This record gives sequence, structure tokens and C-alpha cells, in this order.
Amino acid sequence: MSAVVPLSSRLDARQVWRGRAASVPTGEQPTGWAALDAVLPSGGWPAAALSEILLPLDGVGELQLVLPALARLSHGARPLVLVTPPYAPCVAGWRQHGVDMRRVEIVTAAERDVLWAMEQCLRSGSCAAVLAWPRQADDRALRRLQVAADSGRALAFAFRDRRHLGNASPAALRLELEAVPRARVWVRKCRGGVVPAQPVSLPYAALH
Amino acid sequence: MLWACVLLPQLALDGVLRRRPTAGPLVLVAGAANARSIVAANATAREAGLHIGQRLSAAQALLARFDALPYEPESVLRWQQFLAAVAYRYSSEVCLLPHAIVLEVSRSMGLFGPWPRLESLLREEFGALGFRHRISAAPTAHAAYVLAGVADGQAVLAPETLRHALQRVPLQQSRLPADASEALPGMGIRTLGQLLQLPRDGLRRRFGAPLLLALDRLTGEAPAGLDSFRPPDRFDLRIELLQEVENLPALIFPVRRMTADLAAWLTGRDGGVQRFTLRLEHRQGNTDVPVGLLAPERDAGMLFEVARGRLEQVQLPEPVLALRLIARDLPAFVPAGRDLFDERPANALPIEQLRERLRARLGDRAVYQLGSTSDPRPERAQAITSRDDGACEPHPRPTWLLQRPIPLRGLAPRILAGPERLETGWWDGGEVCRDYYLVETAQGQRAWAFCAPGERDGWMLHGWFA
Repeated sequence: MSAVVPLSSRLDARQVWRGRAASVPTGEQPTGWAALDAVLPSGGWPAAALSEILLPLDGVGELQLVLPALARLSHGARPLVLVTPPYAPCVAGWRQHGVDMRRVEIVTAAERDVLWAMEQCLRSGSCAAVLAWPRQADDRALRRLQVAADSGRALAFAFRDRRHLGNASPAALRLELEAVPRARVWVRKCRGGVVPAQPVSLPYAALH
Repeated sequence: MLWACVLLPQLALDGVLRRRPTAGPLVLVAGAANARSIVAANATAREAGLHIGQRLSAAQALLARFDALPYEPESVLRWQQFLAAVAYRYSSEVCLLPHAIVLEVSRSMGLFGPWPRLESLLREEFGALGFRHRISAAPTAHAAYVLAGVADGQAVLAPETLRHALQRVPLQQSRLPADASEALPGMGIRTLGQLLQLPRDGLRRRFGAPLLLALDRLTGEAPAGLDSFRPPDRFDLRIELLQEVENLPALIFPVRRMTADLAAWLTGRDGGVQRFTLRLEHRQGNTDVPVGLLAPERDAGMLFEVARGRLEQVQLPEPVLALRLIARDLPAFVPAGRDLFDERPANALPIEQLRERLRARLGDRAVYQLGSTSDPRPERAQAITSRDDGACEPHPRPTWLLQRPIPLRGLAPRILAGPERLETGWWDGGEVCRDYYLVETAQGQRAWAFCAPGERDGWMLHGWFA
């Protein structure tokens, strides 16, 4: 056997590659929900990445989940974009949550153009956050969105039906909303951290 | 004074080649139908032995297959005008000479840098537009014109050295009046240097005043006597396609060229374009594709993208024979300023450009903003507008609003808050009288629903507290 070589010399000569998980920047995009921030590895929404929100039905608090972050971003330099929302956003309601509606662009697109429009907005780099409700989005399409969000440094939110939970997704974060018996959020996937075993209960305000 | 001359030796051929890039032999022919002769030939054709002045019948005997297109004198003029408008970017004094553009650049160098730098800028510009060129500089316009004809890239920057530079120019290339340049070599005068040493008196008697005037213009003793070019106030470019085009993708290449030309032309006049028309000419009638932008623009890529977006939505009723781009609305262009501490990524697409891109594919009304109105009825409380008064509604409002109320199906919902009575709209006939509640359905959805005043039945869903 050859002579014993001290490891440090190998390390100094960069002959040994030391694997280490990419560090996750924390606290850049707080969700505004302290309980949720506490369990997410990035301390909030993953910056410049796709977050997938899976719902059983419309109207179970999916917007309240993102509205604190949107309200904060709407006072920043870049506008927000909603791509084909399922209903019209109620201006008075959004304003009560602190969103500046002058900074919210709404894009209507046919079903086949939704993913294209979302990708364009993300890739442009001039949007702070892009929300979309795609119906047909496969693994490849979501990966494109993830890459676009990364290159455009934007938050991407894809709201989808809960039945897609079984399909793999390249999103950095997957949340599942539960409405009954009470409003809870399950973290189904989070990049850079361990998926918490317990759901997070969100104290949605009684009136809002 | 310093004049730059851009000599365009193949204006007609380049005009054809740029809409039809081909490697095969191509010639332009002119003349009567039975005696056509070649007036321009590309490199492949010249290698095969075709030359200018050759009869078409002789050329056909020499080479079996080549493309012969008619030479259009008016297209030469049109391209020259277009390139002069492009060159206008570099100087306010641009003049036209046969097959050449001359521009006064002594003051332009303060902005664009010394002559070698300016020369490479000019070469880049004309090269990108697809025109072969020779460039030279001299203290007089005519001297620059002559030097460009002799060799490419000559630069005489000081007036003192001009005579020396002209010494060796052969009289055949001196662009002097034809009678003099033909007769003088027979007298042993073969170069400009020799001619300039001859006594003026004798020359005047032998050849008249025009020769002396031409010599004075060459050396700068007399003003150049050229009319300044004035760029036109509208852009109109027509490209005739070489065959009938029935599918849209085949139009993309010429459209890219045309929009790039428009952008170069707009840069020349330091303007932008807000609206232009792409006209597809058919055998009978035209199809007009109007292209509108939210703000004046002049970026080549953006103009192309917007034009392509509009073009892709067109159904071609007939094959297209020619394309025409017409721009009349040419407002001043204000470049978008960027903040030094801008948090967007460096390569970000401006939001205006993103909006145009989305509108071009999804339709003019596809991108909008919502703002509140002063109407208290929820159906009319918001409208498409970019204004927003920011007035805050004291009562809770949902986040999703349905277009119109629909019956709330399923089991009776659980009331969480309410009622809020809305009794309004009596002034225009659209009267409403409702009690709004925040309710929770059996599935856990939070809804904004109403029923008739005082009742707790017949729920109508109007929004979601999503």
C-alpha cells in the first residue's frame, strides 16, 4: 500500500470534491404567515422559483395564502401579473389586503396560451410575481416555468387542482390546501429542506 | 471639412440579393426585349464567365442555368434614398452622388470618435443592411468620391495632403467630364497629378469651364455644389416577392428585413414609430395588417416581433405577390430611462415591451388593469382602467368576484358574518336591494353571498373569500 496521504493536502489541491447542498437564501420573500415561514426552509416563498398551490376547490383561502407577499411586492419596483384568473379579482377586496391594484396587470389568454404567457412574463424579468391557473400543465411545462422564474428572478405561483398531487413536479415548493374540517396547509415538497410531517394551520381572519 | 464617401457599387444587385439570398449565379439584365444585356452580375456568375455588358444570349450560351432578373433603375434610386436616410444618423449634411452617398463628418467625429472608429461604424451599419460598399474620406466631397472609386479605405484627413493623394489617380477614374478624361490620355496626360500642373488658361480654352470647375471642386477651391439630402417624413418600403407566397412562414424573412430597415431608418432620423401598416399585395386587392404600439418604439427586434405577432393571426385569402411597409405616424422617441439602483435583472425586458409582446399574440385587450369606480353596486364597482382612486371600502369584500351572481347550490351554508344591506342603484333602473353575508359552504369554501332582505333563503353567490 502506498504511503498515507493526509486528506488536507488533497483538499488543498482540490482533488477531493466536497459535496454540499446548495444553500437556500432565507428570509427574502416571507409569506407573511409566521407559522408557514417557520417550517419553510427558505423562511418564506422560494425566491426566483415556482411554487405550486394545490386546491380542492376555489375559494378555500388560496389567495389569502399569497396576498401578504403580493401586498408587499405591489409596493416594489416591479408589477404583478395575473394570467387568466378564474374570476375577476375584486378591487376593493384586494385593496383591503394592502395590494396596490395599479401595479397588478391582468392577462387574459386562451387555454393553450396560458403557459406561454406565464413563461413570457416570468422570463422578462420585469415582473415581481406571476400567478397563473393552468389547467393542462405537464412536468415539462412546469420545468420551463421553473427555469423562466429563475432567469427572470420572479416568484411564480401555479394554482392547480389537488388531483395533480400524485404527479411529480419540478416546483421548488408544493403546498396543498385543505378546507375541511378546517383550513390547513400541507407542505408536500420543499427544496432545500425536510418536508414537515404536520400541516400548518393558518389563522385566516374571520372577516377577510 | 472632412467628407466621407460611401460608394455603393452594386446597389441594384444588393437590393435584389437581400430579399433573396442565393449562392447560385444571378444577373440583372436590361435593354430591349431582343437585345438584353447584363448590367450586374454576382460573384458566382462572374466566376462562370459572365460579365457586365455581355448579351444575354451570349451568357446563355456560356452557362446553362442562372437567374436573370430585370434591372430596375427606380429601385436603385429608392435604395440610395433609403441608405441616405440611414447615413443621416451620422451627419446632418448628406448628399447623393451617382451610386454613392457623401456625408460631412468633421463635426460628427466629436460624437462618434476619430475617423477609424467612425469608418468602422459606417461599415458595420451598411454591412448589416446587406450592401456592398467602399468607404473613403477626404477634405472635399468630390475627392472622397474619386478616392473611393480608386481603392477602398483611403483616408486623407488633412487638406495639405489632398493634392498629393490625388497625384496618382488615373484620369479614367477621376470622374471628370467625359470629353476631357477621354481626350487627355491621348495627349500624354494620364494622371490627375499631371493634369493639375497644366496651366489653367490653356485647359479652359481647350475643354471649357466645366473641367476647371470640376477640378476646383476636387481640390476644394470651389464649393462642392451639392444639394443636401432631406429625409422624407414617411417610410414606405415595398418588396416584391420572387414567387407567389401562400403560407405565412415564408413571409417572416422579408418582414424581418423590412422591420430592421424601418428601425435603421428611424434611428437615422432619431424618431420612433407608433403605428405602421404591413400591406400584403395580392393579385387582386390587398390585405392590410395594422400594427399599433402603446408607445413609440424603434428597436428592430421589438418591431419585428410585434409585426410577426400580428401577421400570424392573418388568414391569407390569396397568394401574396409583394409586401409593403408604410409608416406615417412617426412621433418623437423617448428612450426609457433606467434607474441606477434598478432591482430588475440586467437583461430584463422592459414591462412596456412585455405588454406589446402579449398583446401581439393574445389580442389588443388581453392586458389590462382593474380599478374601482364610485358605483356602490358590486357588479359595477370596478372597471378596466389604469386609474385607481385608492378609496378603501369599509365593509369586507371578497377577493374573487363573479361576473354575475349565480345560485349557491348544495346544503344551506353556515353564516359567519353579516348581513350588510345594499340598497342602491335607484337612479338608473338597475336597482338592487340585497343582504350580503359571509358564509361557509359544506366544503369549507368561504363565499360572499346574498339573499333578499330579511330572508335566509335563496342564496345567490357573488364572490369568494379565496
